[in-house]
Amino acid sequence: MAPLLEVRGLEAFYGTTQALFGIDFELQEGGITALLGANGAGKTTTLRALSQAVRTRGTIRFGGTAIEGRATEDVVRMGVAHVPDGRGTFTALSVEENLRLGAYARRDKAGTAADMERMYQRFPRLKERRAQQAGTLSGGEQQMLAISRALMLKPRLLLLDEPSFGLAPLIVAEIFDILGEINREDGVSMLLVEQNAALALELAGHAYLLETGRIALSGPSEAIRRDEAVRKAYLGY
Amino acid sequence: MEALIQQIFAGLATGGIYASVGLALVMIYQSTHHINFAQGEMAMFSTFIAWALLQAGWPYWGAFLATVAVSFAGGLAIQRIILKPVEKAPVLTNVIVFIGLLVIFNSLAGWIFDHTIKPFPSPFPKSSGAQLISPHDLGSIAVMLVVLVLLYAFLRFTSVGLAMRAAAQNPESARLVGIRVSWMLGLGWGLSAAIGAVAGMMVAPIVYLDPNMMGGILLYGFAAALLGGIDNPWGAVIGGFIVGVLENLLGAYVIGTELKLSVALVLIVTILTVRPNGLFGKTVVTRV
Repeated sequence: MAPLLEVRGLEAFYGTTQALFGIDFELQEGGITALLGANGAGKTTTLRALSQAVRTRGTIRFGGTAIEGRATEDVVRMGVAHVPDGRGTFTALSVEENLRLGAYARRDKAGTAADMERMYQRFPRLKERRAQQAGTLSGGEQQMLAISRALMLKPRLLLLDEPSFGLAPLIVAEIFDILGEINREDGVSMLLVEQNAALALELAGHAYLLETGRIALSGPSEAIRRDEAVRKAYLGY
Repeated sequence: MEALIQQIFAGLATGGIYASVGLALVMIYQSTHHINFAQGEMAMFSTFIAWALLQAGWPYWGAFLATVAVSFAGGLAIQRIILKPVEKAPVLTNVIVFIGLLVIFNSLAGWIFDHTIKPFPSPFPKSSGAQLISPHDLGSIAVMLVVLVLLYAFLRFTSVGLAMRAAAQNPESARLVGIRVSWMLGLGWGLSAAIGAVAGMMVAPIVYLDPNMMGGILLYGFAAALLGGIDNPWGAVIGGFIVGVLENLLGAYVIGTELKLSVALVLIVTILTVRPNGLFGKTVVTRV
């Protein structure tokens, strides 16, 4: 089966500074793949490259169609939802307005309304706060909102940039449980960027390790978890 | 006492004009953080279009609506054609483009319609003398309020309005939900030009129509926007009414009509030194 996402020789640039140096990876439909690595390894840049929010070279094929050179808005319309680093909350707008914006690229009104109800079922706390300004939510609630906003697009692929960042362990566990649930029930494929390697390897079936803009290691999560170097550098045991 | 009330009402009427010019400035400032110096000249040019339509025998409200529509399209076109290429350019580049637009519209109006001062009709009945507020003043306040309500409803209740607010607030994130941010800026320009056109048509019966008609009014509009907080549409409106009343009262009782315009300048300088965020603006704190 052809992979949902196929990346070949991807390079990315901020101005004249190169951040990715020809990385290759792929993601199977319905799977969860993790991108691991230290700070500055190029994890966030990889996601931004997929959304075409940075200048790139190389090929990216999503569902068989080339993405490179398209506008970010058009990539989104192809079904790629991006939960950016920092969560990208529209802080001055209400929770409900944030969710409505998530479905902006969709045209089916009825489906959108039904999906909003499903988000509220999944995250009852968002329902309680639906009329509240999104900026007043706690960090965990904002992360739930960011994930829900992305899911409102009804995406084929969800790009997640450090969903655990700055959150208490209990909240992180809750969010990761729900991510697994969404993947199993709705069949949404996910590309997960995480600093917390142990957590990411538990959720993901496949992982790539990035080091200074290059893929250093790749394989099924169990194999990566057993790797001596990874264990020492990223898992800490 | 009656004279005082009359002055206040007259102030509210001109305040409505300043409010809408201020609102037009805020519409563009919110999403781009630029002050469009050509806003006044664009409004003046729109008013000339209305004048030309009236000369051609159009009924007033027909000409009014057509002018608003043409101005909207014109504002959108200006953003798409002239400003889009400099979207990411430094502020100074944009300022120069604005000044260029100002000069172009001013000379274009003089060239096409010449510089003689022209009367512009009011759609409201003539004043019958012993009223506290003239029908035109009352009418233009009403028109401005209608504009406000329509704008509020558009931004608050439509999905395009929501997208515009989202794009102004967080363009990066807006792109990630599929909003075409650059078109939202164009839409902002269109709306702002349309609001300016209404202001121009409402003020022209009072100040008469000529290419330099909006010079002073833009200054008041700017003072209104600053007073209310340059990033807050409702602040700009309230600021406009305050500036209008203040200008009229000071002009009538304190400094005389010749020095009226300096009220706006003094106000601008005072606000910028004492309370740069205005009455209702929010303080933006950036962590570095």
